[in-house]
Amino acid sequence: MNNEYLPFPSQVKEVIRHTDIEYTFRMGFSGDVRPGQFFEVSIPKFGEAPISVSGIGADTVDLTIRRVGTVTNQIFEHYKGSTLFMRGPYGNGFYLENYLNRELFVIAGGTGLSPVKGIVDYFSDHPQKVRSMTLIAGFKSPSDILFREDFEHWEKTMKVIRTVDTAPEGYEGAVGLVTKYIPELSVTDPARSAFVIVGPPAMMKFAAAEVLKLPIPEENIWISQERKMCCGLGKCGHCRIGSTYVCLNGPVFNYAKGKYLVD
Amino acid sequence: MGYQIPREAADQLFGWLAEHYEILAPKVFAGEGCFSDTDVTRYGTVRSLSEIEFDKKSDYSFKEALLPVNETLFYFTEDQETVPAAPGKKRLVFLRSCDLHALKRLDAIYLENGREDFYYKRLREHVLFVLIGCPESCDTGFCVSMGTSQTGDYDLYLKISEETVWADCKSEELKAFFGRLPDGTCAETAVSPEAPSENKETVTLPPSFSEDILSNPVWESYGSRCIGCGRCNFVCPTCTCFTMQDIHYRDNAKAGERRRVWASCQVDGYTDVAGGGSFRKTQSDRLRFKVLHKICDFEKRFGFQMCVGCGRCEAVCPEYISYISLINTLVKEDA
Repeated sequence: MNNEYLPFPSQVKEVIRHTDIEYTFRMGFSGDVRPGQFFEVSIPKFGEAPISVSGIGADTVDLTIRRVGTVTNQIFEHYKGSTLFMRGPYGNGFYLENYLNRELFVIAGGTGLSPVKGIVDYFSDHPQKVRSMTLIAGFKSPSDILFREDFEHWEKTMKVIRTVDTAPEGYEGAVGLVTKYIPELSVTDPARSAFVIVGPPAMMKFAAAEVLKLPIPEENIWISQERKMCCGLGKCGHCRIGSTYVCLNGPVFNYAKGKYLVD
Repeated sequence: MGYQIPREAADQLFGWLAEHYEILAPKVFAGEGCFSDTDVTRYGTVRSLSEIEFDKKSDYSFKEALLPVNETLFYFTEDQETVPAAPGKKRLVFLRSCDLHALKRLDAIYLENGREDFYYKRLREHVLFVLIGCPESCDTGFCVSMGTSQTGDYDLYLKISEETVWADCKSEELKAFFGRLPDGTCAETAVSPEAPSENKETVTLPPSFSEDILSNPVWESYGSRCIGCGRCNFVCPTCTCFTMQDIHYRDNAKAGERRRVWASCQVDGYTDVAGGGSFRKTQSDRLRFKVLHKICDFEKRFGFQMCVGCGRCEAVCPEYISYISLINTLVKEDA
């Protein structure tokens, strides 16, 4: 019988630094994986942490890790030329089929861009597969902006609004919360639109409320929930909300169901 | 197959069983209770019938026989992972009807919710269950209300007195031990488990609750007294949550182990995510989360109620928060 708890070693192939505390680790992995799924990443003797997939290559997965806890601190200290231990991928992830031939809008807040980046990458490379594509990405300040090089690439194939909550004087980019830019979106056919909203809980709540006002039907909105996940296997119980296990049934939820999740 | 056996022969039979199996049963640990000069009844390894507490419901459930309080998943040495060997002996676990019903809940989480759990399954496959009867209801149980007062899913049922032991054996493996008793000591007779027909406490759950259940004032009124100690989770035979824990050895930092340890949804930290976020910050929210799992949310997922009505949480709460009274108030207010 397969022991799901045993991690496999994975080589750190490349490290992309976004900010002082956020790096993308390109890890060796070949197997099926979807955007929005996650791996349990560990450094033996320090612990495991669930990290979502922020990019998918031929034999790599990208994990964008923020240095905020015991495990991630260790990863930042010891990654050079080393291996990390991983198990997964877990969770449902985003099914790209749901967005084909639609007007697609991706709204991301902060590191919430990681789990949706695979969607943005895919339709940036295959723009003919959607009717149109818009990305609204919000960060706290200019120094918190992630994936700067990717933004340059995305701007060539889609409409991109990259905004920051606050900026020092003289900043030339967009300023304001992502919710400020939602009412300005023009949606030709709401029935054939798709909205993906991922970020901190409050951001998702208010962004979804703005999107519903456009008006967009609930079933055309998808969100992804972050919860504590010790096992990723439906056993440890930490991620449960009501009768739903975020690690098994999520982390991606259609809003028509996701709105009923009350912690 | 039912048997009536003189106590002396039964003690001999138990000795044979103890050679073949690790026998886990409720025992009285004198003076080891929470408070000074109090006893606690919990599970431990036994080698004789007389060590087993048959009369009083155990304060802690049988679940540690399948889910150790802390369980090493594997050892790390440099970059090697070594999974500890499964216990060499099969196990015999003594338990009551409510607890045997709880086993079905543990199986639902560990064998059916997502993929099968390696560690649970390898223990579970080598456990036989011995039922202890309940001639009368315990103080806080409401098993009759929850439909868990009787069961036929045991491998062996035992009832003991000072002179005689009655057994009903369903397991072929265990019947072989009865066959070894000297001629004339093992009389075949009909034996059926003792089960209470009523409890002092009654709980009547509705088929479903209203959508307003989440904001019912009962959560605040009961939850405001909760100190978040988590004892209700740890005594519950159906609570299964754990947290992963990595450690390294003090005398050799290159070696260590990954464990899972019991977790409580009532205790701080249960929902903490990296970076400082957390959900359900108040004890009232946590109480709602736990109680609704037991009497509503688990049922939505698996088709049967999680709570087996053993009443241990009712008995253990240091703040005297009555789970039974909470549910009955909730049901009344939600109607």
